[in-house]
Formats: sequence, structure tokens, C-alpha cells
Amino acid sequence: MKVGIVVFPGSNCDHDAWYAINRNVPHSLQSEAEFIWHDSTDLSKVDAVLLPGGFSYGDYLRCGAIARFSPVMNAVKKFAAGGGTVMGICNGFQILVEAGLLPGALLRNQDLKFVCREVTLRTETADSPFTAKLRKGQLLHMPVAHGEGRYFADEHTLDTLEAEERVAFRYIDNPNGSMRDIAGILNRERNVLGVMPHPERACDSLMGSTGGLGIFESLLSSVPALASAQAEGPLCATL
Amino acid sequence: MTITPELIEQHQLTPAEYQKIVSLLGREPSYTELGVFSVMWSEHCSYKSSRLHLKKLPTTGKYVVQGPGENAGIIGIGGGWVIAFKIESHNHPSYIEPFQGAATGVGGILRDIFTMGARPIAVMDSLRFGPPGNSPTGEHNLRILTGVVSGIAHYGNCFGVPTVGGECIFEDCYSANPLVNVFALGVCRENEIFYARASGVGNPVIYVGAKTGRDGIHGASMASAEFTEESKQKRPNVQVGDPFLEKLLLEACIEAMKTGAIVAIQDMGAAGLTSSSCEMGSRGGVGIDIDLDRVPQRESGMTAYEMLLSESQERMLLVAEMGREDEVFQVFRKWGLDAVTIGVVTPDGNLRVRHHGELVAEIPNPALADEAPRYDRPHNVKPYRKARLEPPSHIPGSKGLNADLLRLVASPDLCSKRWIWEQYDYLVRTNTIVGPGSDAAVVRVKETGTSIAMSLDGNGRYCYLDPREGAKLAVAECCRNLATTGATPVAATNNLNFGNPERPEIMAQLVEAIEGIAEACTFFEAPITGGNVSLYNETLGEGIYPTPVLGIIGLMNTAVPTPVKFRSDGASILLLGGLGANHALRFGSSQYAKVILNQLWGLPPELNMAYEKRVHDCVREILADGLAESAHDLSDGGLAVALSECCTSEIGAGIRIEAGERVEFSLFGEAPSRILLSSSEPARIHEIALRYDVECPLVGVTMKKQLQIGDGNAMWIDIATADLKQSFEASLPHLLHTHNAG
Repeated sequence: MKVGIVVFPGSNCDHDAWYAINRNVPHSLQSEAEFIWHDSTDLSKVDAVLLPGGFSYGDYLRCGAIARFSPVMNAVKKFAAGGGTVMGICNGFQILVEAGLLPGALLRNQDLKFVCREVTLRTETADSPFTAKLRKGQLLHMPVAHGEGRYFADEHTLDTLEAEERVAFRYIDNPNGSMRDIAGILNRERNVLGVMPHPERACDSLMGSTGGLGIFESLLSSVPALASAQAEGPLCATL
Repeated sequence: MTITPELIEQHQLTPAEYQKIVSLLGREPSYTELGVFSVMWSEHCSYKSSRLHLKKLPTTGKYVVQGPGENAGIIGIGGGWVIAFKIESHNHPSYIEPFQGAATGVGGILRDIFTMGARPIAVMDSLRFGPPGNSPTGEHNLRILTGVVSGIAHYGNCFGVPTVGGECIFEDCYSANPLVNVFALGVCRENEIFYARASGVGNPVIYVGAKTGRDGIHGASMASAEFTEESKQKRPNVQVGDPFLEKLLLEACIEAMKTGAIVAIQDMGAAGLTSSSCEMGSRGGVGIDIDLDRVPQRESGMTAYEMLLSESQERMLLVAEMGREDEVFQVFRKWGLDAVTIGVVTPDGNLRVRHHGELVAEIPNPALADEAPRYDRPHNVKPYRKARLEPPSHIPGSKGLNADLLRLVASPDLCSKRWIWEQYDYLVRTNTIVGPGSDAAVVRVKETGTSIAMSLDGNGRYCYLDPREGAKLAVAECCRNLATTGATPVAATNNLNFGNPERPEIMAQLVEAIEGIAEACTFFEAPITGGNVSLYNETLGEGIYPTPVLGIIGLMNTAVPTPVKFRSDGASILLLGGLGANHALRFGSSQYAKVILNQLWGLPPELNMAYEKRVHDCVREILADGLAESAHDLSDGGLAVALSECCTSEIGAGIRIEAGERVEFSLFGEAPSRILLSSSEPARIHEIALRYDVECPLVGVTMKKQLQIGDGNAMWIDIATADLKQSFEASLPHLLHTHNAG
């Protein structure tokens, strides 16, 4: 299957996600990642979309506030509405929230500082394409690196998320003041995930943790390879 | 405008320098030309006080592809790949405007790396501030510290380069003169290196990146003068950084380089458009004509003088092949950046600038770049030092060694800097094998099986007491850090932070330090491939400690490294290199003397370079054979502090050593050439140590949850490792928090 990694001009975890999918994930999953430039509107050749971390368009305004208006995000919205699988990591999560694909908001960290450290997450549901290979309750180690990662939503939204088991991951050691320790959430249809920590940075034991591999393995084995069967060649080469 | 003596003085040019300008031009310079000369001949750009002595540094070696003289040094790492690296200071701007000063310091050094075609993969920073906390300047120092740290974080995190390590030291002398030295390292293919040598008469000169504004005018001259009460007025001289734009510039430059249409490229750093054009021309032996009307401008009504001296950030100048401009423009358009042909390469070796159709400057490039004055400043005096040589007749006895150790691990220099480095994204690009808080940082190169280990070190106290020996100790410390990680040093960069070179006793410090670096870098086979000199680090006549900062890089095979911390209880603890000599004369430079005794005297620790090197070779072999569970070198704070750093909340150590002249000297003396190892195979380590003729006493064993040190009769230290960790980790946040609250 083919994962399209969206490249905004300020994306800086795009290559890391590419490397995790193309180099760290077992070959048996026969997956590959390709880059999609932010002004592209054609997602017909990929089976899943990944919005990587970074600073999309500088993010001097609210993170992701400008990215939501980019051409590729219109395509991503249609892709998701048609049942396509979409994962946003860090800045990608912020963009999904700004674009209205996920509820709530990501505010500045409680102590107002950027924080980069390894955290422990608890998997809260195995019922999603992103967590199918994980156990509910399974603990995962992976880093966070963000200045605006404090998940916020009104009580009603939070209750709904919980009731519908749409909280995908929770922090054991909340690094940013997120409400109810939320680290990642799903949309109602469960085909869109936003996650603040970085699974792509935890796919290689050299980096100190392989806690992110399970998420990629779930994603890559859950999504049927339909579109890529017809696709040929790279969509956009930014390497 | 007539050039008056006052105007010349305002431009920090001496009457003699002005006469030299007149004779080089064969006429009086215009006002614009005067401005151009003043920045190009500033200390910052011309190295006029240091150049003579910098020649003493070793600059060649088997790994060196490019030594000093380009934007960054380059060394080969095998497999057709090279790395470019350099360190640079942004001391003066960071004092005036900490956030932007530090941010643009990061931006500047990153451009130096990617202008060579290398993608930056690591940043480290060496920081020095006045002490935070309860002192008259505490509040102010804190503001500088927090500003600098968030500036570095802001720029590096957004750009997408990991900040993987560094150092942060506090001394009174840095209160009014903080040091912000930033090191960056990038990687590229050997056949894709770019140089800043213009060539090809008729080739277009293209301006890319941000528009030019009035910011940063005379930044280079500001960095070449002492600070006075009026310095705050220089805030407009500090540039403002835009890391997002720099990220675009990086991607666009690297993509444009791949078109093959670029002949030469140079970033616009200090002295902006002026230095980039005249240096590119001078290196290539050609001239450059520039039409300022074509320069993208952020504001209207700028004069030629302002445009030439602006230090607006995130700009590059490049020379393209004639007729292939469109290939370059296309790439920059894709990234949404300005790219405009503003000039042309000419045969005559002159920098010629037109504005509104008029010729506003015409200067031979070599006059600016190569004919800058060089001074052999007087230095035949003893280097400046006020500290006494003889130890005090009575060194007060410890009031409690446990309390002393807890105070030391909580002291600003030695405590955990987690509060700082957690604000940096040290993991982006997924190459960081060893991040901040270790002896050396290690970053893998994904394209090869090689990893780069890197260490930054300087010790102002040592250098103040003896600049030559202090500089050698810094080199040795870096190399020891690398060895403890398993890496072999291959090259170095240095940042020389000193006071006013016009004072002979300061100049003597500089000369001594350079000669010390030269000697040690030659000995440890770490040639200097570039660096930076920052002089006039004085405020109101009060200078900093002489502070040469070394950045040394080493190579190693990519593998999971041996950690600093103990891993299991019941392992043997060995002190490779031995206990070392610790006497009163050399105890005065220690952290114990600083923190507990509040004194400074004597000499820095004694370094035997041959022995030091044997220790390095020995530990590399031990690590390569997988014999050590942990490895950590002894540094500031001596044996007891190093042991504390090896402990985890679960694993401590029981240590038995002979008491020397004084227990404090044995516990806290800072002799070099020592590395703590824990191992389940001490006999095999002893064999190797014997072969290298290196002492390697068994000093103890790891155990659960307690650090105990004694001589078998008396127990000097007995502390729960949880308490050590608490003191170590909580100190800096506590210092900062109590101040923010109060």
C-alpha cells in the first residue's frame, strides 16, 4: 500500500515519517511512502494520507491555522469523507483540528514552553486502523516535541470522545496539561487519527525506543491497497 | 558628504586605517565606501588582531577536505560523504536582545553549513551567563538566559535541526557579557560540495531569500567594540530572524544546487551584501557589479549605504551559469522566495555598486577582503590574571562532605540542564543516538554506517589561571568525551572569546590560548577547519575570562552506544587513568573551590597529553570489545560528582579509595585523563589497560540506591541516590522558578 506524506513548506518530520515507513517497518507489509506537495489536489494514487510534524507555513499565527486553507487540505477532507485513512502527527494533528476533521483545539503547553522528551502512552482502544495491532491498555514509549500540544475541548465533547471510545492514546505522564491526559483522538468514523507524540521517532532501537512501530504496522496492515494498484511512479519528488 | 575625522572615528577606523583606504583607492572614499570598509575591516570580519596568530593552528589532516577560509570546514567520513561544520558566536547581539540575538546566531551558522551544499543535521550550543538567583544582577542574568534559550529553541525547532548538546556555565564575568556560541554540522555528498568562489565573466549574480531591510546595520562593527552605557541604543543593530524563511531557503538552495546551474554561493551574514559579494569575488579573483535598484527591499527610501550594510537575515547571493538563470528562478518560485539577478561577474576584480543609475562604490575586492589591516598587537606581558598563585595558608575544612556533594551537584554549572535542553527538539530528523546530557552527542548519518560524535567544551576558570594550559585542557576534555563514547577525533572548530586585544595582557591571553590549542590539536590529531574569534567581550572596561570554546568531532561505527549511567548492581567500578594527582595548588581552579569555598587560586589541573591520549586509545578498545556496561569521564567536580552522574535512582555505588593529602582533594579534585567504567569483566579491562600502560584501579562496586565513598575506615560520602538525583534535577527549575515568582 502507498502512504502519501503531505509536505508543507515548513514540514520537518516528513523525511522521518518516510524513513520509518520505508526503512523501519517490516518489508513483509509491502508498504511505501511518497511525498505529496502542499499545492497538490490529487490523492487518488495513495491508500492513506499522513500529515507530518513541523511548522506547516511557519505557524506564526496559530499552528495549522493557515495550512487548513491549503489546496491539499481540501483534497484531504474529501479523502477522509470518502472513508480514506488519515493520520496527523504533531503539527499534522494541529492541522486536522484546525481543518475541522477532529474536534477540540491544541493550545500552548501549560508551562508555555516547547517540550521535547520521551513520554509513556496508554493505548485506549484497539478498534481503529491505527491501533488494530495494539492491545487496549498497552503502554508505548515515544517522544513528544511541541510547543502547542495541550488538548482542549468543552466537557460535552470530551464526554462524547470518551463515550464513543475515540480517545486513542492517553499520557501516563502528561507533559503539556492536556485535558483528561489526551494524546491522540479519532474522528467518529475512526478513519482519522490525530496524535501529538511522534511514533515515527520511535521505530528504531538506535533511537532508544520502538514504541511507535505498532502504530505504523497497524495502519499499514489495516488499510487495503486499492489506489496504489493503479499508481505508477512518484507523485511528487521533493527529496 | 565630506569625510571628517569624527565620521572616521564613528566608523571605528583609525586615522592610519583611513590613510590606507585612501592609498588603496587612490582617492578619498565616498560615504558609502567608508561604510563598506568599516565593516569589512572590522575585527569581526577581518580578524585583524588574531589572524597572525591563527596561522599557528594545525589545519590539515587526512580527513580534511576543506580547511579554514570557506563558510565552514569540511571533512570526509567515507563512502563518498562529507560533513561540514563550524562554530560561531553571537555574543554581543545576545546581550542587547537575547531572544533575537541567539535566534539569529543559530540562523547564521546554519546558513554557513547549507551554503556549502550540506543539509544541517545537528546543532550544539555553548552558553555562558552571569549567575542567576540572588545577586544584584541575578534577575537580569535570568532574563538573558531565558531569552537566549527560547531564541535558540524557536529557530532550531522550526527550522528542523536537532539541538543535540552543549554546555552552560555561570560566572560573574559573563553578567554583562554573555557568550552564545553555536555549533552546527551538516552532511552532503563529496561531489556536491559548493564553494563561495565566483567565476565566469558574464555570469549573473543572483540574490535569493528575504528582502533587505534596515535591520542589523553595522552589526559587525558593533561586535567589534566594547560595551558602554549607550549600548542599549544599539538594539536596532540586532537582526530579526525568521526560521520558517530559513527552512524554505535551505530547501530551495539544496534543490537549486541539484540543477547544476549554480557556480558559487555565499550566505549574507555579517556585513550582508557587501561581504558576500566582495568575498565571492575575491576568492574567485574576479569582480562583481551590482545594481542596488534590483535588490528586493522591505522598505522604501533605503540608501546605498543602508542596503550594503544591512544584515537582514535569511538571504543568499549566488552566481549562476549564464543562460541557466531560469532553472534557478523556477526552484525559488516553487518555494515562494525572491530570486533576482542583481549583478554580473566582471573580469576586473572590482566591487562596483550602482544605485539610481549612479556609481556609489567602486573598490578592488582584494582591498576589502585581503588588504585589511593585520596587527601584531603587543602581547609580551604576562596574561591578565588577578587570582593569587599560592593556595590560601588555610583551606577551610569541609563542614560536611555529604552536604558539599549535594551542593555541588545542585550548583548552576554542574546541575542538570534538562530545563534548557527539553526546550530544544533534539530528536527531529531521527538521527540522534545520544542526545543532551551525556559526555558527547552522537548523530548517525543514515546514508552510511558512520555516526558523528561531537563535543563542545571550554573552561574560563582554567584559562584565566593559565590560558595555554586551559586551552589544552579543553581540547583534551573534548577528545576524552569523544573517546568515552567510542569515537576517534578527526577535526575541530574553535570559538575564541576574549576581551579587548588592544590591551597587551588580554592579547597575551589570546596568543597563549591559541598556542595551547595549536599544540593540543596537533597532538590529538584534531586539525582546526574553521571557527570564529570574538574579541572586545568587555563591558565598562571589565573583561570576561579568556574563554576559548572547542568543538571537536569524532567518527564511530553506528551502534547502540555505551551509556553514561550504571546499569546493574554488583558490577565492578574501575577508574581508568587512575586517581590522578590532586594538590592544593591545583585545587583552586575546581568547582569545589568555586561553589563551596567561593575562591579561585593557583593553577588549572596538570595535563600529560601523552598519558591522556593513551587513556583515550585504551577506552576505545575497551568499548569496542563491549567490556564496559557504562563509561563516563571525570570533569568538573571531580570523582564524586562524576560518580553521582553515573548513579540512577535505582543503582548507586560503593567506592573505596585512599585518602590523599586532603579528602576533599581526592573527592573533588579535577585532574584530567580519568574515566569511570562499570563492568562485569574487570580482568579483561585490566589486561587492556596494562597494554596501554594506563592505571586502572578497581575502586568499587555498583549497589542498590546508595552512593558511599570512603577509605575502608571512614565513610566520607553516604547519600541515597534518589537524593542526589533530586538535587541534580530540581536545581535549575527551582532557581528559575523562585525568581519568576519573586
